[in-house]
Amino acid sequence: MTHINIAGLEIGQSIGSQEILLTRDSLVRYAGASGDFNSIHYRDDIAAAVGLPGVLAHGMLTMGAAIQVVVDWVGDPGRIVDYGVRFTKPVVVDPVDGAVLTISGKIGEIDAENNIVRVDISAIYNETAVLGKAQARVRI
Amino acid sequence: MVNPAVEGKTYPATDPYLVGREKIREFAHAVKSTNPNNLDVFAAQAAGYDDVIAAPTFAVVIQERSLATVLADKEADIDFSRVVHGDQRFIHARPIVAGDELTSELTVSSVKTLGAHSMVTFETKIFDIKKDLVCTAISTLVVRGDE
Repeated sequence: MTHINIAGLEIGQSIGSQEILLTRDSLVRYAGASGDFNSIHYRDDIAAAVGLPGVLAHGMLTMGAAIQVVVDWVGDPGRIVDYGVRFTKPVVVDPVDGAVLTISGKIGEIDAENNIVRVDISAIYNETAVLGKAQARVRI
Repeated sequence: MVNPAVEGKTYPATDPYLVGREKIREFAHAVKSTNPNNLDVFAAQAAGYDDVIAAPTFAVVIQERSLATVLADKEADIDFSRVVHGDQRFIHARPIVAGDELTSELTVSSVKTLGAHSMVTFETKIFDIKKDLVCTAISTLVVRGDE
């Protein structure tokens, strides 16, 4: 059981929002933790050489950070039973200012019989959605 | 171009990966988790787990091990320098817990061609030491062709 009463939830209801600052430090830390050492995530020269507008955040870092709004709401990462996203736009991380993601979630579907709620997640960077169809199924 | 003949191909299971408590913490910090069940053994045990549990996207670490075998497969012919991550999904039968020994088995579920580009979808099943399914990771890579 969680603190959430599924009967009290409504479709469209906000579960919260947060701003996440991704810096170059965040990218290096994620590279080490995940083992994804693709150099477009930390070298400006290589990013430029392959035609990118700058060093990009790992899509998987954006995905992993974006779910935290749902984890904070439900209180337990073990209750995220299904989580999927499409990577629609790259997140360019400025060496000085980093990149700020605005993450929010709202209730998309309520399955009271199975105690599962779908949360639809929005991840915005520079007024553009960087994740598409970002949905998490959460066991309440 | 990705070789369409690898559609349906299943790759041999990877060697077991022992999920360490500090790796779970390191990954949790990297994805900006502050949840005690990722970080604090006592909190995780109070929540009913044997040890700290991994953040919801940690299974990517295991998926990558299977993906590496595909990228090394000459038959598949995937040029990694042209790869863009299209989408990703994790379906969890249970959370990954520190102490788990996980193996993964990857199947190429589809290869599609869109103009010069290829889209390859992989389904990686992650099992624990008892051979129980822990997580199914589904990933689509877009391989850019010559424009």
